[in-house]
Amino acid sequence: MRAHLRDLSERLGPGTLRDILLVNLAVGIVGVSYGAITVGEGLPLWAPNLMSVVVLGGASQFLFTGIVASGGSPVAAVLAGLLVNARHLPFGFALADSVRNRPLLGSYLMIDEVVAFALVERDAERRRLVFFTCGTCLWIFWNIGSLIGGLLGNAIDNTDAFGLDTAFPAVLIALVMPALRDRRTRVVAVVGALVAVGATPFVPTGVAVLLALTALVLMPVLRTSDGPVPGRRDLPGGGAG
Amino acid sequence: MISTPVLIGSAVLLGLGTFAFRAAGPLLHARVQVSPPVQALMSMSATVLLVALAVTAAVFDGSAPGGWARVAGVTVAVLLAWRRAPFVLVVLLAAGTTAALRLLGLP
Repeated sequence: MRAHLRDLSERLGPGTLRDILLVNLAVGIVGVSYGAITVGEGLPLWAPNLMSVVVLGGASQFLFTGIVASGGSPVAAVLAGLLVNARHLPFGFALADSVRNRPLLGSYLMIDEVVAFALVERDAERRRLVFFTCGTCLWIFWNIGSLIGGLLGNAIDNTDAFGLDTAFPAVLIALVMPALRDRRTRVVAVVGALVAVGATPFVPTGVAVLLALTALVLMPVLRTSDGPVPGRRDLPGGGAG
Repeated sequence: MISTPVLIGSAVLLGLGTFAFRAAGPLLHARVQVSPPVQALMSMSATVLLVALAVTAAVFDGSAPGGWARVAGVTVAVLLAWRRAPFVLVVLLAAGTTAALRLLGLP
């Protein structure tokens, strides 16, 4: 086990493994708050654990708890959760090549942070390794966090005091920044983010983020500046695949 | 509150639906040849979605404003990441900024 870890650390590089562990530490703590909140809202102890295993999507799980706990219908809670997770559809197409060997496990582990970590990598083999390493770590931390949180229940106070709610957007920003150095990607992403922010107060949760995709219409009129076009680095047949 | 069978059923439905979204790409990819421009479009879509997710998570709690402390923390993250600061520094200073501002009484 230890030898395996050392081997993994060597192949990933100490920096990448450290970054992955840092993110997972934050994920674990958010998991604790998820378990605590869900049990605190009156759901049974096993509920957060069941959700964390079968759904494995933080935002949709929090939303589900919120709707059910406030007396909303389970149908509404499921639909809202699905709406939030609809963004995983294009993720699957973007990373299809990386999970080709294990499509079912890879799809199961396709979580925002994992996707962001993998997309940074240009080499196909490294991308695959980062995806499955980060995905496995995240599964462990999220589920153990949910369990601990559920057991602690109401004992957990507000984790926002430590700025943990900032960690998630900060992680995503740090990970996508290399892609944003391409001018065209930057313009499309910023316009998309503005659309999402503008729409958030008016549409159901999850829809606003999807509306960001309308900014893709700008793609043909923008020229790429520096750097290669994202996604053209490891075409099927181009890399190790 | 919700009954046990309904709760289990809802969790399984949400899990299956989520899995279907995630698996559509990898499972179809094996059968359909995706052209390079479409592949590039999907990569761009993923980046656009992640940025939109980050920015909305920075500004909102659900559909209500989430407070300035978090916005400030994420702004610090954007500036540091743009200046190519190490990943760990970006995340810790962003969270630290938010925590410090909240300590000072900013929501």
